[in-house]
Amino acid sequence: MTAVAEAPVAGAVPSFQVTLRLRRFNPENDTEPRWEEHTVTMHGTDRVLDALHKIKWEIDGSLTFRRSCAHGICGSDAMRINGRNRLACKTLLKDLPLDKPVTIEPIKGLAVLKDLVVDMDPFFEAYKSIMPFLVTSGNDPSRERRQSPEERARYDDTTKCIMCAACTTSCPVYWSDGQYFGPQAIVGAHRFIFDSRDEGAEERLEILNDRDGVWRCRTTFNCTDACPRGIEVTKAIQEVKRALLFRRV
Amino acid sequence: MQTHQYDVVIVGAGGAGMRAALESGQRVRTAVLTKLYPTRSHTGAAQGGMCAALANVEEDNWEWHTFDTVKGGDFLVDQDAAEVMAKEAIDAVLDLEKMGLPFNRTPDGLIDQRRFGGHTRKHGEAAVRRSCFAADRTGHMILQTLYQQCLKRDVEFFNEFYVLDLLFTEVDGVKRTAGVVAYELATGEIHVFRAKAVIFATGGAGKVYKTTSNAHTLTGDGMAIAYRRGLPLEDMEFFQFHPTGLAGLGILLSEAARGEGAILRNSEGERFMERYAPTLKDLAPRDVVARAMANEVREGRGSGPNKDYVLLDLTHLEPAHIDAKLPDITEFARTYLGVEPYTEPVPVFPTAHYAMGGMPTTIDAEVLADNTHVLPGLYAAGEVACVSVHGANRLGTNSLLDINVFGRRAGLAAAAFAEKAPLVELPDAPADATVALLEEMRDRADGERVAVLRRELQETMDANAQVFRSEATLKQALSDVHALQARYANVSVQDKGRRFNTDLLEAVELGFLLDLAEVIVVGALERKESRGGHFREDYQNRDDVNYMRHTMAYRSSADDGAGVRLDFKPVVVTRYQPMERKF
Repeated sequence: MTAVAEAPVAGAVPSFQVTLRLRRFNPENDTEPRWEEHTVTMHGTDRVLDALHKIKWEIDGSLTFRRSCAHGICGSDAMRINGRNRLACKTLLKDLPLDKPVTIEPIKGLAVLKDLVVDMDPFFEAYKSIMPFLVTSGNDPSRERRQSPEERARYDDTTKCIMCAACTTSCPVYWSDGQYFGPQAIVGAHRFIFDSRDEGAEERLEILNDRDGVWRCRTTFNCTDACPRGIEVTKAIQEVKRALLFRRV
Repeated sequence: MQTHQYDVVIVGAGGAGMRAALESGQRVRTAVLTKLYPTRSHTGAAQGGMCAALANVEEDNWEWHTFDTVKGGDFLVDQDAAEVMAKEAIDAVLDLEKMGLPFNRTPDGLIDQRRFGGHTRKHGEAAVRRSCFAADRTGHMILQTLYQQCLKRDVEFFNEFYVLDLLFTEVDGVKRTAGVVAYELATGEIHVFRAKAVIFATGGAGKVYKTTSNAHTLTGDGMAIAYRRGLPLEDMEFFQFHPTGLAGLGILLSEAARGEGAILRNSEGERFMERYAPTLKDLAPRDVVARAMANEVREGRGSGPNKDYVLLDLTHLEPAHIDAKLPDITEFARTYLGVEPYTEPVPVFPTAHYAMGGMPTTIDAEVLADNTHVLPGLYAAGEVACVSVHGANRLGTNSLLDINVFGRRAGLAAAAFAEKAPLVELPDAPADATVALLEEMRDRADGERVAVLRRELQETMDANAQVFRSEATLKQALSDVHALQARYANVSVQDKGRRFNTDLLEAVELGFLLDLAEVIVVGALERKESRGGHFREDYQNRDDVNYMRHTMAYRSSADDGAGVRLDFKPVVVTRYQPMERKF
């Protein structure tokens, strides 16, 4: 009685048909990945995730993908949508060209485990390797460490990262080179290197100065385009490079 | 089947689980099991802040915070627990800052603070700036910071390990915790984790409802597992409906918007909260605001073509201020509704947000097996638990506080217990029940679809057990839930495989949701009064004589008639006698 009906709200568009072209792979049955198409009726504010759910819940329960919060904050559902890395829960169907099938593939550069699910462990390992935590020396103060609003703003952008891997798995260097940390790990390092409270910058920069570190970046800007949080990833990487050069000169 | 052995096993890697792991992991051998990856946990969706009486920007103290928590919870809060939480809030915030959390700052470089619903100075005189925040992604920053600290300290995670059972062994006539059984999503393999102590930090159950701010994965697993194993659930009829979900979608727009000055308006443009809460207005506690919004819609003053939502107006705020303090939620409005909050009001309506109830615990996070006895070796913290610090209605920001204060306490208490306690034997055939549950579901031939039943469950709960309830609506919900439970015996899954079988797990989760929906509705039917988040149209007043007590719901065994058996527990009152709740 008090429930909100699925009524049109501001910005809504009417129901429409959408065809999803899905990259499927079940290691228990398939030797090779295959393509599969489904056409479903969707509504105005529906997202790609809603279409995937509709297929899973009404047509084929074996379609497998990760998801959780469904509003772009948990980072579970990064996938290649029409060739670009996006979050399925943040990509509205009505914003895609619907006169042809919407292509959905797993993110690239990580092993596919089943359908849209990839092995995330190498990604999280890369993050862990850059010391992604505040490094301080001496006794902790009794109250908070002081930090001015300006100092706080210096690293604000890179604190937004939700570790969805959209940036890292959009990077051509990452695809072709199994060793490169990838953009996300550098974003994770940037968040601490430019934090005025942190004393671990030297050590972290040394890790990033490695042959598989920041110098692999070829500034293709794919990562910045892919980031669902709007982080200026390439800029962050450039700032880390500059910090390295500056300290070394 | 694999067997592992730890001192402490933590189930869930959100804020409470990881905060517990930071304590436990330094002292004893600890494993953290999560059905997701830690950074996917729903703590990350919390937005507005974490209250603590730091008094960085104006006079404040923990006693006022305690009072607000008790009054906000409509006097169903256990006051000793609320006092612990408000006192320890200060160190909890400072600890996070020292771990590196990027709080917003005052010009002097201190942690900045802002207003939040129900948080006041001098026992209700006016709104106070108590919420410590990092823009409107405070939960995200807490989750990230705790995860970073766990990496620093090499906490051992088992990612995508789905715990499905809790094991007990009787030792000298006393039931003791022996471990958990988990299902490894990647392989379909069963793992038994032996442990001296187990901490449940599995979060909430918002997916009982259709319109919810909660993640798809918030299916009340921990609560349901405990309930099925004969443990009580406390105060489950109290569910919080957050006032400002994006209309039709339920996605959360933080109370911080109103803390920063946003105003709720009806279709006539009226700031209607002035009528319902003359002092705090839009910053009254959530139950009050949600009810007022639903009432405006019911009386025909809703906005939109169907007059079924109200408007959250930020248009008088400076765009630069919005960008600095509320960047994420304004982006949600743009992305999902195509509304520009700089210039247009945002359609909002209450959304199922938070379970005040859960597994009853002491202030040291020990799980109670009945009104008075703890179950040795079992702990719970966060939304899965009911300490009870939230009573009948949780104040905004007190959940991020709860997970930090009681997550820490759970980690300390479980580690201290494990340091002294011997490992108890596993029960015979420890994984049999879990294997049977999974295999029966996997093998069942064609039956009804999980999604169909889940949708029907969520629809009846939205229609009949939401902001407004009555005997008639609750009886309807109960009969619907019972019918769905019967049909659940015949649902089948299409994915018969071993690897990443999320189809199978969604079926298991639906079973949990059905159990919890029944507990919620039975508790709500029995509670013939209105208190906090539980509003009965047929009993519109609070009744302290008959109902100032906690509900303790047990799963009754087949012998005494299937269903829910209710018992009751007194509320702990220390400083504050119940008073009329005006804001």
